Amino acid sequence: MLAWMNWTPSVAIFFAVIAAILAVMTVYEIVSPCTERKGFLPIATTRGDRLFIGLLSAAYIHLTFLAVSDITLLVALAVSVVWLLVLLRWG
Amino acid sequence: MVKIPNNRAWWLVLPVFLLVAFSALVPLMTVVNYSVQDIFGPGQAYYVGTEWFKEVLTNERLQDSLMRQFLFSGAVLMIQIPLGIGIALMMPKSGMKASLVLILLAIPLLIPWNVVGTIWQIFGRGDIGLFGWALNSMGFDYNYTGDTVDAWFTVLLMDVWHWTPLVALLCYSGLRAIPEAFYQAAEIDRASKWAVFRYIQLPRLKNVLIIAVLLRFMDSFMIYTEPFVLTGGGPGSSTTFLSQTLTTMAIGQFDLGRAAAFSLIYFLIVLLISWLFFTAITHADKEK
Repeated sequence: MLAWMNWTPSVAIFFAVIAAILAVMTVYEIVSPCTERKGFLPIATTRGDRLFIGLLSAAYIHLTFLAVSDITLLVALAVSVVWLLVLLRWG
Repeated sequence: MVKIPNNRAWWLVLPVFLLVAFSALVPLMTVVNYSVQDIFGPGQAYYVGTEWFKEVLTNERLQDSLMRQFLFSGAVLMIQIPLGIGIALMMPKSGMKASLVLILLAIPLLIPWNVVGTIWQIFGRGDIGLFGWALNSMGFDYNYTGDTVDAWFTVLLMDVWHWTPLVALLCYSGLRAIPEAFYQAAEIDRASKWAVFRYIQLPRLKNVLIIAVLLRFMDSFMIYTEPFVLTGGGPGSSTTFLSQTLTTMAIGQFDLGRAAAFSLIYFLIVLLISWLFFTAITHADKEK
């Protein structure tokens, strides 16, 4: 049934991780609901906002690495994860 | 006081979420899968990793098309937003005249995109088109099928004709929402017309203007039909915008992997800019 979607392991892992992050964030939100606050970002954000900003910037970090260098994307991934954590904690 | 929202209402969104999942998420996942493979046909796909993304990001033809797209969207906003505000300011405030102007303004918005393209394709021709013939008779060497500047001029003029009314109508509704008391206060202060515009009308138009800029940006950034019908992307590739490049790649050359990678990058650009506008709108609402 899913043959037409041409699934590959890396993309499956990618979407599984995104789904897992969303699930964890949902549980976290139920356990301890967050309120909007102002961090180093110029606008007040909720936890979900910061996650979105983090994921979107992670995409751009990966594309920038691809465009300007031949370094393995694992470096881009590490940078993105660190950036995402910084953003979620202090953003 | 810290207010904790009740999230139970989100369950009501579930049916829509399921619909969106089928109409958007599943296709999106498929596109992501395509973007890391070279696809020759059903069951014939070969994993290539990030090769397509690398290729797309360094491809000059695509970069040119992206630059053209930004140039076009920028020009569209620079012309249509001030023009739309100007038209809205000049429109009659009420009565028969107002209704008549509203109807006249709305007409271009009702015409389908491909018809708009055809209208301007004929209108701009030197032999049978009124616009092209008039320009040629006045001594201008106008030919939108052969000259890059003329082609750009025609495509821009067509878009201005088609979509400035939308900006004007949005601004008009914004202007009508300003209470008369503001104008009376300005009159008592002997404010000049410019001061009224700068300190009363423009600040009050802020929200509709953000929506107008967002709508015009999105539409012009995804423009396909009108230039495709009018110039076919030519002369050369001078009016080939992003969506046309993408369509040629995906359907013309059946290069599904590369087109998928390209459309994901396209999607990320649109997502970023829409998010910026969305944040600006919600932020402006909160400030109130």
